[in-house]
Amino acid sequence: MELKTAMAGTMESGDILIQIAPTEGEGLNIELQSSVSYQFGNQIKKVITDTLKELGVTKAQVNATDKGALDCTIRARVTAAAVRATGKDVWKD
Amino acid sequence: MRLRRTMMFVPGNNPGMMSDAFIYGPDSIMLDLEDSVTMAEKDAARLLVYNALKTIDYGNTEMVVRINPLNTPYGKKDIEAVVKAGVDVIRMPKTETAEEVREVEAEIEKVEKEIGCLGRTKIMAAIESTLGIVNAYEIAVASKRMMGIALGAEDYCANLKTQRTPEGTELLLARQTIVVAARAAGIDALDTVYSNLNDMETFRKEVELIKALGFDGKSIINPRQIEIVNEVFAPKQKDIEKALTILAAIKEAEKKGSGVIAVNGKMVDKPVVIRAQRTIELALASKVLTEEELNNE
Repeated sequence: MELKTAMAGTMESGDILIQIAPTEGEGLNIELQSSVSYQFGNQIKKVITDTLKELGVTKAQVNATDKGALDCTIRARVTAAAVRATGKDVWKD
Repeated sequence: MRLRRTMMFVPGNNPGMMSDAFIYGPDSIMLDLEDSVTMAEKDAARLLVYNALKTIDYGNTEMVVRINPLNTPYGKKDIEAVVKAGVDVIRMPKTETAEEVREVEAEIEKVEKEIGCLGRTKIMAAIESTLGIVNAYEIAVASKRMMGIALGAEDYCANLKTQRTPEGTELLLARQTIVVAARAAGIDALDTVYSNLNDMETFRKEVELIKALGFDGKSIINPRQIEIVNEVFAPKQKDIEKALTILAAIKEAEKKGSGVIAVNGKMVDKPVVIRAQRTIELALASKVLTEEELNNE
């Protein structure tokens, strides 16, 4: 799937900022910054990976700056960034 | 009886506020996709609201989403997302005609049919213009899904070519029209927001006024406003006692087969009984009276 660089989210408390960009590498490469990455890093990366795979995005560079987001917020922000990056909406036109 | 004393506005693009809002105990939470979200963030806010509604347990709090109007590029997608997420109520902004309500209803039905939950989603209409006020009753009866109508005073005042005052004289006709239309349609009436958080005294006066006018509750913008609204709307002890006396007297009269009765020298007829019943319902719902206390009477 062809991607352009896109972002979604904010740096406010309870949110997460997601940037998706094309990559020359293989698969999904997720760079996560989070004050709770020691405890929740794997879980956050899993939510990002699962959400992108559901949307058919299997190859991308993902930069995530977490500010204590819930899983539902991570899903929403990753989906928004992916929709912007692919131009393919999840809702009907 | 579902209480709708407070409907708290929460911007639909603020995840922190969306997850914390129910902690403060508003009767309804209104996640906003309209005025509080910039055009560039409409897509992201819609996804945030969708995922929050699907995931967060809001308990008994009634969940409302204010969508964008259908004549924008966002309205249809908003409806699809929030109906699929299982929202309780869709709030229509700037409603002016019954036709607009029927258009929203048709879109809701399309989505509900697709996912197999026909009739689940309720509608409420915010009336924010002079045309909307003129058509208030038609709007209130435009759909069997309609659960309430609300006043949006800022746009209404701009349309009326006036400004809001602490006394609210400029809003009197609109408020009374909304209450009368809602009561005639058998639905709820909700008042507009009061946005000066530094003036709680005027806020309390406004809540007392709208309660006296017959409103069921008020739209609010901050958790600090909840306690004041609940205080004003809670039946007072002397009103509860009076209502209990009236209902006991009616019970006694029914046993004896007599029609009209008097309590403390005053005639008690049907409207008085209806008001007494409403006071007790409100007291129970506001938890200033318990079922146990009621049964002991």
